[in-house]
Amino acid sequence: MITHGRGLRSLSLATVVFITLALALVFFYAPLDADQGFVQKIFYIHVPLSIVSLCGFILGGVMAIGHLRTGERKWDMRAYVAIHMALIFSVGALITGSIWAKASWGHWWVWNEPTLVSFLIVVLMFATYQPLRFSIEDPERQARYASVFAIVAGAFVPLNFIAVRLAQGLVHPRVLTFSGGQLPGSMRLTFTIALIGVALLYMTLWKYEMAAKNARRQTRALRRLILGEDEFRPSRRSAAPS
Amino acid sequence: MKSALAVLRKDLLLELRTFETIPAMALFSLSSFVIFHFALNRVSVDGQLAAGVLTATLLFAALLGINRLFVAEREQGGFDGFLLAPVDRSAMLVAKAAGLFTFLVVLEVIAVPAFGLLLLGPSLGPPLLGLIGVLALSNLAFAVIGTLVSAIAVHTRARDLIGPIIGLPLLIPALIGTARAAGPLLAVHGPGSPPGKWLAILGLYDLVFALLAYAVFDFLLED
Repeated sequence: MITHGRGLRSLSLATVVFITLALALVFFYAPLDADQGFVQKIFYIHVPLSIVSLCGFILGGVMAIGHLRTGERKWDMRAYVAIHMALIFSVGALITGSIWAKASWGHWWVWNEPTLVSFLIVVLMFATYQPLRFSIEDPERQARYASVFAIVAGAFVPLNFIAVRLAQGLVHPRVLTFSGGQLPGSMRLTFTIALIGVALLYMTLWKYEMAAKNARRQTRALRRLILGEDEFRPSRRSAAPS
Repeated sequence: MKSALAVLRKDLLLELRTFETIPAMALFSLSSFVIFHFALNRVSVDGQLAAGVLTATLLFAALLGINRLFVAEREQGGFDGFLLAPVDRSAMLVAKAAGLFTFLVVLEVIAVPAFGLLLLGPSLGPPLLGLIGVLALSNLAFAVIGTLVSAIAVHTRARDLIGPIIGLPLLIPALIGTARAAGPLLAVHGPGSPPGKWLAILGLYDLVFALLAYAVFDFLLED
């Protein structure tokens, strides 16, 4: 018997600690922004969400390479869960970004903002991952094609950011330049903690979904064994690898 | 290489005999110009607007071709035949991309003069050479990405839907590059030179996706 949730508890605890710490720092420690005021604090959730979801997309592509190279289905499952979670995070990032844009620029959506636009294109790209999986019936082919898609789309993430960024002027504050940007120390500390917290949240949810998927697959196999092939009713079709 | 030429020859011959894809693409782009005329309520367009109308039209017309690219292979067992043949699988990618490129060139030979005639304000003569260069680069991007997308989509149940929704986001950077590079060419006061930055980006995009497609294409043909 394989236990799927190994390490899940400590990971969850670390996540809770970091998220709580990050929230405490956001509300009680980080200084108020001079011209944006309180609404700037959404930065501590919006930016980590975006960064983590983009990394999640690329991670999905890397895992898909693992699937194509080894041919093992578990890599496909990992890639699927990574992209699935990154999609959820990216929707969060879009919503928080929109709120922030409305509050600080006065519009829900700003087209002359490359980071926003390229993020939207990437989300649109990955939003087709599940429909693609769903419309291929043969599981082996589904896994293979989804992996090809994930690799192409993963490579597309940085390319797209370059292209769109060059297309427009820069409105977005460049807080994450390699030289460290112009963030004051207290803000940077808060941001770093928030980023770690969100990254841990992503990892926890990824592991949790993996555990759930694996457990479900195992129960299904057991049911099939007990009920026999005739009695066993396959579950509803889904985009997830089975 | 020889096998790629054979597949390409077969595709072109098929198109010459059936006249299925290219006339549809050309008619589609003509209708699009009419639609743009009414939707924008303009008798003529120039500059960035003209570049946008032209690029968007070509992009959507290309999608029609992309959707049909592998249909004959799938319906008439061409895939099986190709896989049984002792040839490099990348030949299929090369042949199909070259075929799509050819289709797009033929489409543009019809659609660009029609655009000059129907919608474009400034004369088409002076910017023509630059436009050919820009379109050649954008055709390459459309051909490579289109072949990849089409090969993914053709085995799905809803291939007419999956193809465009995967293809459009992937083609957006190519569209940005093409439209931005063509914009100055179609300016109302004579053509400016196309910005080198955009040509470089288009070229780079072509190169990266050509390599990427070459790397992953084999997996789409396995069976």
